[in-house]
Amino acid sequence: MSLSRSKPIYLDYAATTPVDPRVVQAMLPYLYDQFGNPASRSHAYGWAAEEAVEIAREHVAQLIGADPREIVWTSGATESNNLALKGAARFHQGKGRHLVTLKTEHKAVLDTMRELEREGFEVTYLDVLPNGLVSLDALKAAVRPDTILVSVMYVNNEIGVIQDIPAIGAWLRSRGVLFHVDAAQATGKVAIDLSTLPVDLMSLSAHKTYGPKGIGALYVRRRPRVRIEAQIHGGGHERGMRSGTLPTHQIVGMGEAYRLARELMATENERIRALRDRLLAGLQRIPEVQVNGDLAQRVAHNLNISFTFVEGESLLMGMKGIAVSSGSACTSASLEPSYVLRALGLSDEVAHSSIRFSVGRFTTAAEVDAAVEKVTATVSRLRELSPLWDMHCAGIDLATVQWAEH
Amino acid sequence: MAYSDKVIDHYENPRNVGGFDGADGDVATGMVGAPACGDVMKLQIKVNAATGVIEDARFKTYGCGSAIASSSLVTEWVKGKTLEQALQIKNTAIAEELALPPVKIHCSILAEDAIKAAVADYRLHHPSAGGAGEGGVLVEQPACTPAG
Repeated sequence: MSLSRSKPIYLDYAATTPVDPRVVQAMLPYLYDQFGNPASRSHAYGWAAEEAVEIAREHVAQLIGADPREIVWTSGATESNNLALKGAARFHQGKGRHLVTLKTEHKAVLDTMRELEREGFEVTYLDVLPNGLVSLDALKAAVRPDTILVSVMYVNNEIGVIQDIPAIGAWLRSRGVLFHVDAAQATGKVAIDLSTLPVDLMSLSAHKTYGPKGIGALYVRRRPRVRIEAQIHGGGHERGMRSGTLPTHQIVGMGEAYRLARELMATENERIRALRDRLLAGLQRIPEVQVNGDLAQRVAHNLNISFTFVEGESLLMGMKGIAVSSGSACTSASLEPSYVLRALGLSDEVAHSSIRFSVGRFTTAAEVDAAVEKVTATVSRLRELSPLWDMHCAGIDLATVQWAEH
Repeated sequence: MAYSDKVIDHYENPRNVGGFDGADGDVATGMVGAPACGDVMKLQIKVNAATGVIEDARFKTYGCGSAIASSSLVTEWVKGKTLEQALQIKNTAIAEELALPPVKIHCSILAEDAIKAAVADYRLHHPSAGGAGEGGVLVEQPACTPAG
Protein backbone atom coordinates (compact mmCIF):
# COMPACT_ATOMS: atom_id res chain seq x y z
CA MET A 1 0.00 0.00 0.00
CA SER A 2 1.68 3.17 -1.12
CA LEU A 3 1.43 6.35 0.87
CA SER A 4 -0.22 8.20 -1.96
CA ARG A 5 -3.23 5.90 -1.76
CA SER A 6 -3.91 6.84 1.84
CA LYS A 7 -4.22 10.28 3.37
CA PRO A 8 -1.00 12.28 3.49
CA ILE A 9 0.82 12.46 6.80
CA TYR A 10 -0.05 15.85 8.27
CA LEU A 11 3.00 17.75 9.56
CA ASP A 12 1.64 21.24 9.06
CA TYR A 13 0.02 21.97 12.43
CA ALA A 14 1.32 25.53 12.34
CA ALA A 15 -0.89 26.17 9.30
CA THR A 16 -3.97 24.79 10.96
CA THR A 17 -4.99 21.92 13.20
CA PRO A 18 -7.79 19.41 12.92
CA VAL A 19 -10.70 20.21 15.21
CA ASP A 20 -10.38 17.90 18.20
CA PRO A 21 -13.27 15.38 18.18
CA ARG A 22 -14.21 16.51 21.72
CA VAL A 23 -14.51 20.05 20.38
CA VAL A 24 -16.70 18.86 17.50
CA GLN A 25 -19.02 17.14 19.97
CA ALA A 26 -19.26 20.27 22.11
CA MET A 27 -20.15 22.39 19.06
CA LEU A 28 -22.83 20.24 17.49
CA PRO A 29 -25.79 21.03 19.81
CA TYR A 30 -25.40 24.72 19.04
CA LEU A 31 -26.07 24.29 15.35
CA TYR A 32 -29.58 22.87 15.65
CA ASP A 33 -30.89 22.22 19.16
CA GLN A 34 -29.55 25.38 20.77
CA PHE A 35 -29.49 27.61 17.74
CA GLY A 36 -30.58 30.78 19.53
CA ASN A 37 -29.06 34.20 19.11
CA PRO A 38 -27.05 34.98 22.26
CA ALA A 39 -28.29 38.56 21.98
CA SER A 40 -31.94 37.44 22.27
CA ARG A 41 -32.81 38.38 25.83
CA SER A 42 -36.50 37.55 25.61
CA HIS A 43 -36.58 33.75 25.43
CA ALA A 44 -34.92 30.51 26.46
CA TYR A 45 -33.19 29.95 23.09
CA GLY A 46 -31.27 33.18 23.53
CA TRP A 47 -30.52 32.52 27.19
CA ALA A 48 -29.05 29.09 26.45
CA ALA A 49 -26.86 30.47 23.68
CA GLU A 50 -25.70 33.36 25.83
CA GLU A 51 -24.81 31.01 28.67
CA ALA A 52 -22.75 28.85 26.29
CA VAL A 53 -20.94 31.93 24.96
CA GLU A 54 -20.09 33.12 28.46
CA ILE A 55 -18.79 29.71 29.55
CA ALA A 56 -16.59 29.65 26.46
CA ARG A 57 -15.39 33.15 27.27
CA GLU A 58 -14.32 31.90 30.70
CA HIS A 59 -12.40 28.98 29.18
CA VAL A 60 -10.57 31.28 26.80
CA ALA A 61 -9.79 33.75 29.59
CA GLN A 62 -8.52 30.97 31.86
CA LEU A 63 -5.96 29.70 29.35
CA ILE A 64 -4.28 33.12 29.28
CA GLY A 65 -4.88 34.24 32.88
CA ALA A 66 -7.34 36.96 31.90
CA ASP A 67 -10.73 38.17 33.10
CA PRO A 68 -13.60 36.97 30.86
CA ARG A 69 -14.66 40.61 30.44
CA GLU A 70 -11.33 41.22 28.68
CA ILE A 71 -12.19 38.82 25.83
CA VAL A 72 -13.71 40.21 22.62
CA TRP A 73 -14.83 37.63 20.05
CA THR A 74 -13.65 38.14 16.50
CA SER A 75 -13.53 36.08 13.31
CA GLY A 76 -9.92 35.09 13.92
CA ALA A 77 -6.44 36.39 14.64
CA THR A 78 -6.32 38.44 11.43
CA GLU A 79 -9.34 40.42 12.51
CA SER A 80 -7.98 40.65 16.05
CA ASN A 81 -4.73 42.12 14.73
CA ASN A 82 -6.66 44.61 12.61
CA LEU A 83 -8.87 45.60 15.52
CA ALA A 84 -5.97 45.95 17.95
CA LEU A 85 -3.68 47.96 15.66
CA LYS A 86 -6.19 50.14 13.84
CA GLY A 87 -8.38 50.43 16.93
CA ALA A 88 -5.55 51.55 19.20
CA ALA A 89 -3.78 53.74 16.63
CA ARG A 90 -6.91 55.62 15.64
CA PHE A 91 -8.05 56.05 19.24
CA HIS A 92 -4.69 57.29 20.51
CA GLN A 93 -3.50 59.30 17.51
CA GLY A 94 -3.83 62.47 19.51
CA LYS A 95 -0.91 61.26 21.67
CA GLY A 96 1.35 60.31 18.78
CA ARG A 97 1.40 58.65 15.41
CA HIS A 98 4.37 56.28 15.60
CA LEU A 99 4.21 52.48 15.87
CA VAL A 100 6.89 49.79 16.08
CA THR A 101 6.82 46.17 14.93
CA LEU A 102 9.11 43.43 13.59
CA LYS A 103 9.97 42.56 10.01
CA THR A 104 9.12 38.94 10.79
CA GLU A 105 5.53 39.56 11.88
CA HIS A 106 2.60 37.82 10.21
CA LYS A 107 1.15 39.57 7.16
CA ALA A 108 -1.97 40.36 9.18
CA VAL A 109 0.16 42.73 11.25
CA LEU A 110 2.47 43.97 8.47
CA ASP A 111 -0.32 44.73 6.01
CA THR A 112 -2.36 46.45 8.71
CA MET A 113 0.68 48.59 9.53
CA ARG A 114 1.02 49.44 5.84
CA GLU A 115 -2.59 50.58 5.84
CA LEU A 116 -1.93 52.76 8.88
CA GLU A 117 1.06 54.26 7.07
CA ARG A 118 -1.25 55.22 4.23
CA GLU A 119 -3.37 57.01 6.82
CA GLY A 120 -0.37 59.04 7.93
CA PHE A 121 1.00 56.95 10.78
CA GLU A 122 4.71 56.23 10.86
CA VAL A 123 5.87 52.66 11.42
CA THR A 124 9.31 51.30 12.32
CA TYR A 125 9.93 47.71 11.20
CA LEU A 126 12.65 46.24 13.37
CA ASP A 127 15.23 43.75 12.14
CA VAL A 128 15.65 40.55 14.11
CA LEU A 129 18.85 38.79 15.09
CA PRO A 130 20.02 35.82 12.96
CA ASN A 131 18.24 33.51 15.44
CA GLY A 132 14.92 35.26 14.79
CA LEU A 133 14.68 37.02 18.15
CA VAL A 134 14.45 40.78 18.50
CA SER A 135 17.05 42.53 20.59
CA LEU A 136 15.48 44.41 23.48
CA ASP A 137 18.06 47.16 23.04
CA ALA A 138 17.10 47.60 19.39
CA LEU A 139 13.48 47.81 20.41
CA LYS A 140 14.23 50.35 23.13
CA ALA A 141 16.16 52.45 20.63
CA ALA A 142 13.22 52.47 18.22
CA VAL A 143 10.67 53.76 20.74
CA ARG A 144 10.24 57.54 20.60
CA PRO A 145 8.22 60.04 22.62
CA ASP A 146 5.45 59.87 20.01
CA THR A 147 5.35 56.05 19.92
CA ILE A 148 1.85 54.91 20.88
CA LEU A 149 2.05 51.17 20.31
CA VAL A 150 4.52 48.31 19.82
CA SER A 151 3.39 45.01 18.27
CA VAL A 152 5.49 41.85 18.66
CA MET A 153 4.31 38.32 17.92
CA TYR A 154 4.68 35.78 20.74
CA VAL A 155 5.63 32.86 18.50
CA ASN A 156 6.68 33.17 14.88
CA ASN A 157 4.53 31.15 12.51
CA GLU A 158 7.38 30.06 10.23
CA ILE A 159 10.29 29.41 12.57
CA GLY A 160 8.50 28.99 15.90
CA VAL A 161 10.83 31.23 17.92
CA ILE A 162 9.44 32.67 21.17
CA GLN A 163 10.07 36.38 21.71
CA ASP A 164 10.83 37.61 25.23
CA ILE A 165 7.38 39.10 25.75
CA PRO A 166 7.71 39.54 29.57
CA ALA A 167 10.88 41.63 29.22
CA ILE A 168 9.59 43.71 26.31
CA GLY A 169 6.26 44.24 28.05
CA ALA A 170 7.83 45.30 31.34
CA TRP A 171 9.94 47.94 29.63
CA LEU A 172 7.07 49.26 27.49
CA ARG A 173 4.81 49.44 30.54
CA SER A 174 7.43 51.59 32.28
CA ARG A 175 7.35 53.90 29.26
CA GLY A 176 3.59 54.03 28.99
CA VAL A 177 3.57 52.56 25.49
CA LEU A 178 0.77 50.17 24.52
CA PHE A 179 1.88 46.59 23.80
CA HIS A 180 0.06 44.32 21.36
CA VAL A 181 1.02 40.65 21.04
CA ASP A 182 -0.13 38.33 18.26
CA ALA A 183 -0.40 35.03 20.13
CA ALA A 184 -2.05 32.99 17.38
CA GLN A 185 0.82 30.47 17.38
CA ALA A 186 1.39 30.55 21.14
CA THR A 187 -1.80 29.36 22.80
CA GLY A 188 -1.49 25.87 24.25
CA LYS A 189 2.25 25.93 23.54
CA VAL A 190 3.55 28.70 25.76
CA ALA A 191 2.23 29.34 29.28
CA ILE A 192 0.54 32.74 29.23
CA ASP A 193 -0.61 34.51 32.39
CA LEU A 194 -1.90 37.98 31.68
CA SER A 195 -2.50 38.60 35.38
CA THR A 196 1.25 39.20 35.58
CA LEU A 197 2.30 39.55 31.93
CA PRO A 198 2.40 43.26 30.98
CA VAL A 199 0.56 43.02 27.66
CA ASP A 200 -2.32 45.32 26.72
CA LEU A 201 -3.79 43.66 23.65
CA MET A 202 -3.43 40.03 22.58
CA SER A 203 -4.71 38.36 19.40
CA LEU A 204 -5.97 34.79 19.68
CA SER A 205 -7.03 32.18 17.16
CA ALA A 206 -9.00 28.95 17.61
CA HIS A 207 -7.89 26.93 14.62
CA LYS A 208 -4.21 26.74 15.56
CA THR A 209 -5.22 25.14 18.85
CA TYR A 210 -7.60 22.34 17.72
CA GLY A 211 -10.64 24.62 17.46
CA PRO A 212 -12.63 25.59 14.37
CA LYS A 213 -11.61 28.14 11.75
CA GLY A 214 -13.45 31.44 11.61
CA ILE A 215 -13.33 32.28 15.29
CA GLY A 216 -10.79 34.13 17.39
CA ALA A 217 -10.61 36.74 20.08
CA LEU A 218 -8.86 39.90 21.10
CA TYR A 219 -7.80 40.33 24.70
CA VAL A 220 -8.27 43.97 25.74
CA ARG A 221 -6.84 44.77 29.17
CA ARG A 222 -9.16 46.35 31.76
CA ARG A 223 -6.60 47.31 34.42
CA PRO A 224 -5.09 49.63 33.42
CA ARG A 225 -7.91 50.14 30.97
CA VAL A 226 -6.98 50.00 27.28
CA ARG A 227 -9.14 51.96 24.89
CA ILE A 228 -9.60 51.06 21.25
CA GLU A 229 -11.88 52.27 18.49
CA ALA A 230 -14.31 49.72 17.03
CA GLN A 231 -13.64 48.75 13.42
CA ILE A 232 -16.90 46.93 12.73
CA HIS A 233 -20.04 48.83 13.64
CA GLY A 234 -23.55 47.56 14.16
CA GLY A 235 -25.54 46.20 17.07
CA GLY A 236 -23.00 47.13 19.70
CA HIS A 237 -22.04 43.55 20.58
CA GLU A 238 -18.91 42.83 22.60
CA ARG A 239 -19.11 46.06 24.59
CA GLY A 240 -19.28 48.01 21.37
CA MET A 241 -15.82 46.85 20.31
CA ARG A 242 -16.98 44.37 17.69
CA SER A 243 -20.52 44.24 16.39
CA GLY A 244 -22.05 41.25 14.65
CA THR A 245 -24.18 38.30 15.80
CA LEU A 246 -22.02 35.93 17.78
CA PRO A 247 -21.47 32.52 16.11
CA THR A 248 -22.39 30.44 19.14
CA HIS A 249 -21.19 27.07 17.85
CA GLN A 250 -17.82 28.52 16.78
CA ILE A 251 -17.40 30.23 20.14
CA VAL A 252 -18.29 27.04 22.00
CA GLY A 253 -15.69 25.28 19.87
CA MET A 254 -13.00 27.80 20.73
CA GLY A 255 -13.90 27.59 24.41
CA GLU A 256 -13.70 23.81 24.47
CA ALA A 257 -10.46 23.84 22.47
CA TYR A 258 -8.88 26.26 24.93
CA ARG A 259 -10.22 24.29 27.91
CA LEU A 260 -8.56 21.18 26.49
CA ALA A 261 -5.37 23.10 25.77
CA ARG A 262 -5.14 24.19 29.39
CA GLU A 263 -5.77 20.65 30.62
CA LEU A 264 -3.40 18.91 28.21
CA MET A 265 -0.68 21.51 27.70
CA ALA A 266 2.00 20.22 30.03
CA THR A 267 1.93 16.57 28.98
CA GLU A 268 1.19 17.29 25.35
CA ASN A 269 4.10 19.66 24.86
CA GLU A 270 6.46 17.09 26.33
CA ARG A 271 5.24 14.43 23.93
CA ILE A 272 5.36 16.80 20.97
CA ARG A 273 8.86 17.94 21.84
CA ALA A 274 10.02 14.31 21.83
CA LEU A 275 8.49 13.83 18.38
CA ARG A 276 10.05 17.03 17.06
CA ASP A 277 13.44 15.99 18.43
CA ARG A 278 13.03 12.59 16.80
CA LEU A 279 12.29 14.35 13.51
CA LEU A 280 15.27 16.66 13.92
CA ALA A 281 17.63 13.80 14.77
CA GLY A 282 16.46 11.90 11.69
CA LEU A 283 16.81 14.85 9.34
CA GLN A 284 20.20 15.85 10.71
CA ARG A 285 21.59 12.60 9.35
CA ILE A 286 21.25 14.25 5.92
CA PRO A 287 24.41 16.22 5.07
CA GLU A 288 24.32 20.00 4.67
CA VAL A 289 21.10 20.82 6.47
CA GLN A 290 20.56 23.78 8.76
CA VAL A 291 17.90 24.64 11.30
CA ASN A 292 16.45 28.13 10.84
CA GLY A 293 15.69 30.12 13.98
CA ASP A 294 16.75 29.62 17.56
CA LEU A 295 16.32 26.01 18.62
CA ALA A 296 16.11 26.67 22.37
CA GLN A 297 13.77 29.69 22.39
CA ARG A 298 11.25 27.84 20.26
CA VAL A 299 7.90 26.13 20.60
CA ALA A 300 8.10 22.37 20.84
CA HIS A 301 6.18 21.55 17.70
CA ASN A 302 8.08 23.57 15.09
CA LEU A 303 11.05 22.65 12.96
CA ASN A 304 12.16 24.88 10.09
CA ILE A 305 15.05 23.37 8.22
CA SER A 306 16.91 24.10 4.99
CA PHE A 307 18.12 21.35 2.70
CA THR A 308 20.66 23.39 0.80
CA PHE A 309 21.08 22.95 -2.96
CA VAL A 310 17.56 21.56 -3.28
CA GLU A 311 14.68 23.85 -4.18
CA GLY A 312 11.80 23.69 -1.71
CA GLU A 313 8.92 23.24 -4.09
CA SER A 314 10.56 20.34 -5.91
CA LEU A 315 11.20 18.84 -2.49
CA LEU A 316 7.52 19.15 -1.60
CA MET A 317 6.63 17.54 -4.91
CA GLY A 318 8.84 14.57 -4.12
CA MET A 319 7.40 14.34 -0.63
CA LYS A 320 3.84 13.85 -1.72
CA GLY A 321 2.28 11.86 1.03
CA ILE A 322 3.70 14.32 3.58
CA ALA A 323 1.86 17.61 4.13
CA VAL A 324 4.33 20.39 5.06
CA SER A 325 5.02 24.00 4.08
CA SER A 326 7.92 25.46 2.15
CA GLY A 327 9.75 28.76 2.57
CA SER A 328 10.21 28.76 -1.15
CA ALA A 329 7.71 30.95 -2.91
CA CYS A 330 8.18 29.52 -6.36
CA THR A 331 4.44 29.64 -6.95
CA SER A 332 4.11 33.30 -6.05
CA ALA A 333 4.33 35.86 -8.81
CA SER A 334 7.40 37.53 -7.32
CA LEU A 335 9.32 34.24 -6.95
CA GLU A 336 10.75 35.65 -3.76
CA PRO A 337 11.41 33.27 -0.89
CA SER A 338 10.03 33.73 2.62
CA TYR A 339 10.52 37.25 3.97
CA VAL A 340 10.88 35.78 7.45
CA LEU A 341 13.85 33.64 6.46
CA ARG A 342 15.33 36.56 4.52
CA ALA A 343 15.05 38.68 7.67
CA LEU A 344 17.25 36.14 9.47
CA GLY A 345 19.93 36.93 6.91
CA LEU A 346 19.58 33.66 5.03
CA SER A 347 20.73 33.69 1.44
CA ASP A 348 18.01 33.24 -1.15
CA GLU A 349 19.09 29.75 -2.09
CA VAL A 350 19.01 28.61 1.53
CA ALA A 351 15.59 30.23 1.98
CA HIS A 352 14.34 28.55 -1.20
CA SER A 353 15.48 25.23 0.27
CA SER A 354 13.56 25.45 3.51
CA ILE A 355 10.72 23.30 4.76
CA ARG A 356 8.58 23.95 7.82
CA PHE A 357 7.56 20.82 9.71
CA SER A 358 5.10 21.25 12.54
CA VAL A 359 3.92 18.28 14.58
CA GLY A 360 0.88 18.19 16.82
CA ARG A 361 -1.64 16.40 18.97
CA PHE A 362 -2.33 13.57 16.56
CA THR A 363 1.20 13.01 15.21
CA THR A 364 2.73 9.57 15.85
CA ALA A 365 6.34 8.41 15.98
CA ALA A 366 5.65 6.15 13.00
CA GLU A 367 4.56 9.18 10.96
CA VAL A 368 7.71 11.05 11.92
CA ASP A 369 9.85 8.08 10.89
CA ALA A 370 8.04 7.78 7.56
CA ALA A 371 8.56 11.49 6.93
CA VAL A 372 12.29 11.25 7.69
CA GLU A 373 12.63 8.35 5.28
CA LYS A 374 10.75 10.14 2.52
CA VAL A 375 12.60 13.43 2.96
CA THR A 376 15.98 11.71 3.03
CA ALA A 377 15.29 9.84 -0.21
CA THR A 378 13.88 12.92 -1.96
CA VAL A 379 16.73 15.23 -0.94
CA SER A 380 19.25 12.66 -2.11
CA ARG A 381 17.52 12.23 -5.46
CA LEU A 382 17.16 15.97 -6.06
CA ARG A 383 20.77 16.66 -5.13
CA GLU A 384 21.77 14.17 -7.80
CA LEU A 385 19.85 16.44 -10.17
CA SER A 386 21.22 19.70 -8.79
CA PRO A 387 24.05 21.54 -10.55
CA LEU A 388 24.52 23.53 -7.34
CA TRP A 389 25.21 20.37 -5.37
CA ASP A 390 27.85 19.39 -7.97
CA MET A 391 29.46 22.80 -7.64
CA HIS A 392 29.37 22.59 -3.86
CA CYS A 393 30.97 19.14 -3.94
CA ALA A 394 33.63 20.50 -6.29
CA GLY A 395 34.46 23.10 -3.65
CA ILE A 396 32.99 26.08 -5.50
CA ASP A 397 31.56 28.81 -3.26
CA LEU A 398 28.24 29.71 -4.89
CA ALA A 399 28.48 33.24 -3.54
CA THR A 400 31.50 33.87 -5.77
CA VAL A 401 29.76 32.73 -8.96
CA GLN A 402 28.59 35.40 -11.37
CA TRP A 403 24.98 34.41 -11.97
CA ALA A 404 22.94 35.73 -14.84
CA GLU A 405 20.41 37.13 -12.40
CA HIS A 406 17.02 37.63 -13.87
CA MET B 1 -0.58 23.27 -7.02
CA ALA B 2 -1.75 20.55 -9.34
CA TYR B 3 0.93 19.42 -11.78
CA SER B 4 0.19 17.99 -15.19
CA ASP B 5 0.87 14.29 -15.73
CA LYS B 6 3.75 15.17 -18.06
CA VAL B 7 5.44 17.37 -15.47
CA ILE B 8 5.09 14.63 -12.90
CA ASP B 9 6.46 12.06 -15.33
CA HIS B 10 9.55 14.15 -16.14
CA TYR B 11 10.02 14.98 -12.46
CA GLU B 12 9.81 11.35 -11.36
CA ASN B 13 11.67 9.92 -14.35
CA PRO B 14 13.91 12.72 -15.58
CA ARG B 15 15.55 11.95 -18.95
CA ASN B 16 19.24 12.40 -19.68
CA VAL B 17 20.38 13.47 -16.22
CA GLY B 18 24.07 14.11 -15.80
CA GLY B 19 26.88 15.71 -17.75
CA PHE B 20 29.63 15.15 -20.27
CA ASP B 21 33.33 15.68 -19.92
CA GLY B 22 33.70 19.41 -20.35
CA ALA B 23 37.18 18.90 -21.85
CA ASP B 24 35.64 17.11 -24.83
CA GLY B 25 35.78 19.57 -27.71
CA ASP B 26 32.40 18.42 -29.02
CA VAL B 27 30.67 19.33 -25.78
CA ALA B 28 29.13 22.71 -25.05
CA THR B 29 27.48 23.92 -21.85
CA GLY B 30 24.73 26.38 -21.15
CA MET B 31 24.07 27.39 -17.56
CA VAL B 32 21.22 29.81 -16.91
CA GLY B 33 19.25 31.10 -13.96
CA ALA B 34 20.39 31.97 -10.47
CA PRO B 35 20.04 30.34 -7.06
CA ALA B 36 18.46 33.53 -5.76
CA CYS B 37 15.60 33.09 -8.20
CA GLY B 38 15.11 29.47 -7.20
CA ASP B 39 16.22 27.87 -10.46
CA VAL B 40 19.49 27.07 -12.19
CA MET B 41 19.61 24.92 -15.33
CA LYS B 42 22.75 23.37 -16.75
CA LEU B 43 22.33 21.94 -20.23
CA GLN B 44 25.13 20.16 -22.06
CA ILE B 45 25.04 19.17 -25.71
CA LYS B 46 27.38 16.89 -27.66
CA VAL B 47 27.64 18.05 -31.25
CA ASN B 48 28.89 16.08 -34.23
CA ALA B 49 31.42 18.49 -35.69
CA ALA B 50 31.04 17.04 -39.17
CA THR B 51 27.25 17.24 -39.43
CA GLY B 52 26.48 19.97 -36.89
CA VAL B 53 23.86 17.71 -35.34
CA ILE B 54 23.32 17.48 -31.57
CA GLU B 55 23.93 13.79 -30.93
CA ASP B 56 23.35 13.73 -27.20
CA ALA B 57 22.29 16.00 -24.35
CA ARG B 58 22.45 15.99 -20.55
CA PHE B 59 21.02 18.27 -17.88
CA LYS B 60 21.09 19.09 -14.22
CA THR B 61 18.58 21.46 -12.70
CA TYR B 62 18.06 23.10 -9.34
CA GLY B 63 14.48 24.33 -9.26
CA CYS B 64 10.85 23.45 -8.93
CA GLY B 65 9.22 20.44 -10.59
CA SER B 66 8.29 22.48 -13.65
CA ALA B 67 11.89 23.64 -14.08
CA ILE B 68 13.15 20.07 -13.83
CA ALA B 69 10.51 18.89 -16.31
CA SER B 70 11.25 21.72 -18.76
CA SER B 71 14.95 20.93 -18.88
CA SER B 72 14.37 17.18 -19.04
CA LEU B 73 12.01 17.69 -22.00
CA VAL B 74 14.51 19.94 -23.74
CA THR B 75 17.23 17.27 -23.64
CA GLU B 76 14.85 14.96 -25.53
CA TRP B 77 13.88 17.62 -28.04
CA VAL B 78 17.36 18.85 -28.98
CA LYS B 79 18.73 15.38 -29.70
CA GLY B 80 19.02 14.76 -33.43
CA LYS B 81 18.51 18.43 -34.26
CA THR B 82 21.04 20.75 -35.87
CA LEU B 83 22.10 23.76 -33.85
CA GLU B 84 19.89 25.94 -35.99
CA GLN B 85 16.89 23.64 -35.50
CA ALA B 86 17.51 23.53 -31.73
CA LEU B 87 17.39 27.31 -31.62
CA GLN B 88 13.89 27.15 -33.10
CA ILE B 89 12.55 25.47 -29.95
CA LYS B 90 10.39 28.11 -28.31
CA ASN B 91 9.35 28.38 -24.70
CA THR B 92 5.72 28.41 -25.77
CA ALA B 93 6.09 24.92 -27.20
CA ILE B 94 7.70 23.70 -23.98
CA ALA B 95 4.98 25.30 -21.87
CA GLU B 96 2.29 23.82 -24.08
CA GLU B 97 3.78 20.31 -24.08
CA LEU B 98 4.02 20.33 -20.26
CA ALA B 99 0.76 22.24 -19.72
CA LEU B 100 2.55 24.71 -17.48
CA PRO B 101 0.33 27.17 -15.60
CA PRO B 102 1.02 30.90 -16.15
CA VAL B 103 3.05 31.21 -12.93
CA LYS B 104 5.46 28.54 -14.27
CA ILE B 105 6.02 29.99 -17.73
CA HIS B 106 9.37 31.33 -16.56
CA CYS B 107 10.57 27.70 -16.32
CA SER B 108 9.98 27.19 -20.03
CA ILE B 109 11.68 30.50 -20.82
CA LEU B 110 14.67 29.40 -18.80
CA ALA B 111 14.80 26.10 -20.69
CA GLU B 112 14.78 27.95 -24.02
CA ASP B 113 17.55 30.19 -22.69
CA ALA B 114 19.55 27.10 -21.72
CA ILE B 115 19.45 25.89 -25.34
CA LYS B 116 20.53 29.30 -26.60
CA ALA B 117 23.34 29.42 -24.05
CA ALA B 118 24.60 25.94 -24.95
CA VAL B 119 24.52 26.69 -28.68
CA ALA B 120 26.26 30.00 -28.13
CA ASP B 121 28.93 28.24 -26.09
CA TYR B 122 29.48 25.73 -28.90
CA ARG B 123 29.73 28.43 -31.53
CA LEU B 124 32.12 30.39 -29.37
CA HIS B 125 34.57 27.50 -29.55
CA HIS B 126 33.66 26.50 -33.10
CA PRO B 127 33.34 29.76 -35.03
CA SER B 128 32.79 27.80 -38.23
CA ALA B 129 29.53 26.40 -36.80
CA GLY B 130 27.79 29.56 -37.92
CA GLY B 131 25.88 32.27 -36.18
CA ALA B 132 29.11 33.55 -34.65
CA GLY B 133 27.79 37.07 -34.74
CA GLU B 134 25.15 36.05 -32.27
CA GLY B 135 27.25 36.38 -29.19
CA GLY B 136 24.53 37.40 -26.79
CA VAL B 137 23.16 34.57 -24.75
CA LEU B 138 20.33 35.53 -22.48
CA VAL B 139 17.50 37.11 -24.32
CA GLU B 140 14.18 37.02 -22.53
CA GLN B 141 14.45 36.81 -18.80
CA PRO B 142 11.63 35.89 -16.48
CA ALA B 143 10.65 38.18 -13.68
CA CYS B 144 12.61 37.74 -10.50
CA THR B 145 13.73 40.40 -8.11
CA PRO B 146 16.34 38.91 -5.81
CA ALA B 147 17.80 40.80 -2.91
CA GLY B 148 15.18 43.47 -2.49
